[in-house]
Amino acid sequence: MSDATPYIGRAMKRVEDPRLIQGLGTYTDDLRLAGLLHACILRSPHAHARIRRIETSAAKAIPGVVAVFTGADVNDSCGAVPCAAAIPDLKAPRHTVLAGDRVYFVGHAVAVAVATDPYIACDAIDEIEVDYDPLPAVVNAMEALKSGSALTHPDMGANVAFTHVVNGGSDIDAAFRNADRIIKHRLYHQRLTPMPIEPRAVVASYHRGEGTLTLWTSTQIPHLLRTLLPNMLGIPETKLRIVAPEVGGGFGAKLNVYAEEALCAHLAMRLSAPVKWVESRRENAASTIHGRDQIGDYEVAVKNDGRILGLKATSVADLGAYLQLLTPAVPTLTGLVLTGCYKIPAIRFEVVGVYTNKMATDAYRGAGRPEATYLIERLMDVVANELKIDRLDLRLKHFPAPGDFPFATSCGVTYDSGNYQGTLAKAKQLADWDALMADRKAARAAGKLFGVGVSTYVEICAMGPSKAMPAGGWEWGCVRMEISAKVTVITGVTPHGQGQETSFAQIVADRLGVPIEDVAVLKGDTNVAHYGRDTYGSRGTAVGGTAIVMSVDKVIKKAKTLAAHLFETLDDYVVFENGKFKAPGITAREIAWSELAAEAYLAKNLPAGFEPGLEASSFFEPENFTFPFGTHICAVEVDRDTGEVAITKYVAVDDCGNQINPLLVEGQVQGGIAHAIGQALFEQTIYDENGQLLTGEFMDYAIPRATDIPEYTLGSTVTPSPVNPLGVKGVGEAGTIGATPAIANAVIDALTPLGVVHLDLPMTPERIWRAMQTRTVATV
Amino acid sequence: MYPANFDYVRPSSVDEAVALLQKHGDDAKVLAGGHSLIPAMKLRLAQPHVVIDIGRIATLSYIREAGGTIAIGATTTHSEVETSKLLREKCPLLSETASHIGDLQVRNKGTIGGSLVHADPASDYPAPILALEAEIDLVGPRGKRTVRADQFFVDLLQTAIAADEILTEVRVPVTSPSVAYIKTEQKASGFALAGVAVVASPSGVRVGVTGVAPKAYRATAVEQTIGNQRTAHAIELAAAHAADGVEPLGDIHASAQFRAHLARVNTRRALERALSR
Amino acid sequence: MTIPVRLRVNNAPRQHDIEPRVLLVHYLRDVCGLTGTHVGCETGICGACTVLVDGKAVKSCTVFAVQADGSEITTIEGLAANGVMHPVQQGFWECHGLQCGYCTPGMIMAAVHLLTKQKAPTRGQIASGLRGNLCRCTGYTHIIDAVSYAASHATEAAHV
Repeated sequence: MSDATPYIGRAMKRVEDPRLIQGLGTYTDDLRLAGLLHACILRSPHAHARIRRIETSAAKAIPGVVAVFTGADVNDSCGAVPCAAAIPDLKAPRHTVLAGDRVYFVGHAVAVAVATDPYIACDAIDEIEVDYDPLPAVVNAMEALKSGSALTHPDMGANVAFTHVVNGGSDIDAAFRNADRIIKHRLYHQRLTPMPIEPRAVVASYHRGEGTLTLWTSTQIPHLLRTLLPNMLGIPETKLRIVAPEVGGGFGAKLNVYAEEALCAHLAMRLSAPVKWVESRRENAASTIHGRDQIGDYEVAVKNDGRILGLKATSVADLGAYLQLLTPAVPTLTGLVLTGCYKIPAIRFEVVGVYTNKMATDAYRGAGRPEATYLIERLMDVVANELKIDRLDLRLKHFPAPGDFPFATSCGVTYDSGNYQGTLAKAKQLADWDALMADRKAARAAGKLFGVGVSTYVEICAMGPSKAMPAGGWEWGCVRMEISAKVTVITGVTPHGQGQETSFAQIVADRLGVPIEDVAVLKGDTNVAHYGRDTYGSRGTAVGGTAIVMSVDKVIKKAKTLAAHLFETLDDYVVFENGKFKAPGITAREIAWSELAAEAYLAKNLPAGFEPGLEASSFFEPENFTFPFGTHICAVEVDRDTGEVAITKYVAVDDCGNQINPLLVEGQVQGGIAHAIGQALFEQTIYDENGQLLTGEFMDYAIPRATDIPEYTLGSTVTPSPVNPLGVKGVGEAGTIGATPAIANAVIDALTPLGVVHLDLPMTPERIWRAMQTRTVATV
Repeated sequence: MYPANFDYVRPSSVDEAVALLQKHGDDAKVLAGGHSLIPAMKLRLAQPHVVIDIGRIATLSYIREAGGTIAIGATTTHSEVETSKLLREKCPLLSETASHIGDLQVRNKGTIGGSLVHADPASDYPAPILALEAEIDLVGPRGKRTVRADQFFVDLLQTAIAADEILTEVRVPVTSPSVAYIKTEQKASGFALAGVAVVASPSGVRVGVTGVAPKAYRATAVEQTIGNQRTAHAIELAAAHAADGVEPLGDIHASAQFRAHLARVNTRRALERALSR
Repeated sequence: MTIPVRLRVNNAPRQHDIEPRVLLVHYLRDVCGLTGTHVGCETGICGACTVLVDGKAVKSCTVFAVQADGSEITTIEGLAANGVMHPVQQGFWECHGLQCGYCTPGMIMAAVHLLTKQKAPTRGQIASGLRGNLCRCTGYTHIIDAVSYAASHATEAAHV
C-alpha cells in the first residue's frame, strides 16, 4: 500500500453527493419508460375477513384503465412470497401475491388496477367493490398463545409458528440452584415502523424478444431478488436483471422480497408493457415490514456479591400474519448476543414465534440485537439497583479482559476482538462522569428529575459466515484497471446511503496508488455486479470491502508479472509503491499504471501464457462475524409536570475497528442514535383491538425531527477486527443498538427518586406522567 | 395519493365566489391555502365536484388596523400573521400562536380563514381567537354577518359558517403584551394536544383552550377563579379548572385524562408567562 | 376538464393545459421532467417535495399546479447558478448532510428559504426551521452543520 496517498482514515466528502444535492439522482420513481403503465393496489381495510365477492367491472370501464386483477387472476401463475429463514419445524402459511379468499391484515393486497396514468389507476381502485365478511382478529401475541384464542390463519390450527430454544454455556439449572438471588423482569420491545423517507417503488419491463425481464426496485438486495424471484415468476435467473437505482433509505425495510415486486414483473409480462408501482406512505406504514415486537420474561441468577451466574430468557415474538424473508430469523438473533459484553457462564433462551393479524415483522435496523442489548442493559441496571452495587462496577466486573479475545460466549458465538474497558473509560472521560454525578446530585437536591443512563453494548456485524446465513454470507467484488488507467470497481453490496462509492474508492485508490478521482464504484445492477449478497447487517465494508481488497491485490500481482516481463526480470524483483512498478538494482526505469495498462490491453508484448487485461474478481467468505462495541452515556431531565424528556447530554464512544472514512462513521452513528431516540421516547406502531392500524402515516407515527436531536459528544476507540484484512467491524446499526438502553436507563434513573423502577418503551410523556402519578398516589 | 377529478373555478371577487357556492351547493369546496382540504382530497376523504379557489381574491389578504381593532383577511397566511409588525406590536398573541403552527412550509401556504373554517379540534388558532374575543365576518347570499368567536366553533370540524358562506375577515382587539400561547404538541403531526392562549389585563384574564375537547373552548372557570388575583398560588388554583366541564378527547397520542392534565399545566404556564410580560 | 397553466420554472416559461387535480409536485416531476423533487408522504409532513414558490418554501404535494399559475417556481435543479452550487448545496456536501439523499432536495430548499429569513441562525433556529422536513438517515446533526456552513459562507460571499 502506498503511504503517499493515505485516503483511508481521512474524513472525505462523498463522491455520491453532487448528483444527489442537485436533484440529479435517479430513484425508481424517477424512471421514465416509453409506454409505462401505472399500478395501484387495493388493500384490505380489515384485519381478518373472508372475501365473498370482488366486483371489478366498473373499474375496468374507466377510460385509461388497462387491466384489473384479483388474486384469482394472478395467484396461480405467480409463485408465493418466500421466507429464507431455516427454522426447524416452522409452520408457514402460503403467502400469495394477492389475497386469496381471505385477508389476514389491514393493508393486505386484494386487487391491482393498471392504467395509463397513476391518477386513473387510483380512480379505478375506488371503483372496485369488495364484499367482506369480517372475522375475529388476533392482535395480541400473548393472548394468541392462550387456548381458545381466535386463529390468525384458521386453516393452520394454531397461532404458533415455531419455538426456538438455545441452552448455552454451563448448566443453567445449576446456575440457578447456586444463586443467592433470582431477579426477574419483564420487558417489552415495541413494534416499530421503519419509515424510510422513500417508500418502496418498482418498475418492471419485459423484453418479449429476448425473454428478459428487468426489474428496477427500491431494494437493499437486488442479488437476493435475482436468486429468489425466478421461482415466483418462472423466468430463469439468466433472463432476470434486477436494478436497485438510488435507494432512499432502507433500514432493513427493503431487505425483503415483496409481493409487489413479483406482481409488477408478472403484470409487465402479462400486459407486454412496462409497469410501475409506487407505494404511498399509508401503504408503506401498513404493508412494508415492521420491526421488533418481542415481549420477554427474564431471570438472572446472581450471587450477593454481584456475580451473575446465569440468564434465562423466555420471549414471544409477534410475527404478524405472514413470514417475509427473514421474519422468524430475527428474534432468534437476539439469542446470539443475549449476554451482551458480559461473562455470563450459562444461558437459556427460548423464543416462541406467533402469528397475529398484523403486518409481518422482519429486520429493522439492528434486527434482534437491539432487543438483546436493551434487555441485558436494563437487567444490568436492575441487578445493580437490587444488589446496591454501582452499575458501572457491575459491568466492569463482567467484562472479558482485552486479552480474553477471541472470546467464546455462552450464546455460542466468538467475539473477534474487544476492549470494553477502553470504551467505557473514554466515555466516562468525555462525559466528565464525576461532574455529571455531581450535577445529578445538585439537580436532585433542587427537586429536579435528572437521570444518567449508561449502555455498554456489543453487536454482531459483517454478516456473515455462510454456514450461518440462509442465502450465503460471502461477498463478491471486482477491480478492473482500465486501458485508460482509470479504475472500475464493482461491488456486490448495494449501498443506499452508506457511502461506499466513496469509502471503497478510498480503499482502492490507496492500494493502487492512484488519485481517488480515477476510481469509479459500480453497484446495484445484477448485469453489472454479477454476484452479490447485498447490504444489510452492517456487512458492506467488512465483507464487501474485503472482496475488493482481495481483487485489488490480484490485479497488483498480475501487474507485477507484466512489469517483470517489461523489466526483463523476475516477478520477485519487482516492487510496487506509490502507484509505480520498479525493479531496484536492476533498472532505474519505473512503469506507471498508464503504461502498464496499455500494455496489458493492447497485448503486443505479453509474457508467455499471460492473459490480456488487468481485472480480477473475488469472493470473500468471512470466517466469523465481527463484534463492534461501545459505551453510550445519556443524561436527561424529566419535566415533572408534563413527563417530557429532555436529553441534556449525550456521549457515545463506539469501536467499529479501523475507520475508512471517519466522517461517514460519524454519520452512521448519529443516524443510528436518532432511531434510538425515536424508539426510546416516542415511536410505536399501534394496532387497535380490531387490528386497525392507528399509526398509518406521519400524522400519527412520529419519527424524530431536527428539534428532537441533542448535541452529541462522539468519540471512538479502534480495536481492529482480526477477521478481515481491513480490520473493520461495521457501524450501520451500532447507534441504534447502543443508544436505546442508554436513554431508557437515564429516564428510569431520573424517576428513581420517585420510586419508579421500570417503564416500558417508548417512554412517552404520558407513560412517564402516569408512573409519577402512581407513585404519588402510593406514597400519600 | 392522488385526488379524484373535479372542476376548478377561480373567482376574482367574494361576490363571485358566493354565487359559485350558491350554484354548486354541497358539491363545492372552497380552497384557500389548501392545507386542510388537499390532504383530505389526496386520501379521497373529500371528493368535491367543484373546487372554488379563493386564493387569488386580492381583497382577502391583508392585515390592517381600524378603530382599535386589527382586521385580518381570510387568505392571510400563517407566515404573514407570524411576521406582521402590526400584529407583533398590537396583538402579539396571534403572531406568537402562528409561529407554533405546523412548520415553515405550512405557514407559508396555510391561511387563517382556511384553518378556522376547517375547525380541526387540535388546530392552534381557535385558542387565541377565543381568548381575544375575535369577531369573524361571514359573507353569503344574504350579505355579511359577524359572528363572535365563542359562537363560531360549534363542534368537531363544525363552525357557524353556512354552506353558502365564505369567511372573509377576522378582527382581533389591540392588546397589551400580557399574552401567551403555550402548547404541547402531538409528536407526529405537530397539532395541539393542549394549546392554551391567555390574554391578561388588569381587570381579568381570558383563556382559550384548543386540542383538548371536540371543539376549542373558553376556560371560564379559570377566568372566574383567578379574577384579578396575580399570585402564584392564585394562578395554581385557577389553572386547576382548565378542563372543568369539558369531555376531553382521548386517542393514541394522549388519553382524555392526560389531555385534561396538560390543559391545566399549560394554563398555569401560559398565565405565568402572560402575567410576567 | 383541463385548465391552462402558465408559470416559470427555474427561470424558464412553461405553459400547459392540465387537469386541475394534478398536484404541483406531479406537474414538476411528470410534466416538466424535474424529478429532483420527491414525494415521501400524502399528508404534508415529510417535506421531501419542498420547492420555492415565489421565493417561499412550499410543500408541492399540498398545492394544485393550477394554484401556482403565474408563479415563479424554483426546484432543486434550478438552485445552482451558472454551474456553481448554492452555498446550502455546498454545505450539505462539505458536512456530509445527506446519506440516501431522498429527503435532501426538500431539505435544501427549506434551508434556502430559512436563510433568506434568518441570515445567521443558531443551531436551534435551524432545527426549528427544518421541522417540516423529515430525514431518517442522518439524525440531522450534519444537516444542521450544513446549514450553519451555508450561513457563514453566504455571509463571506456577500462580503467579497
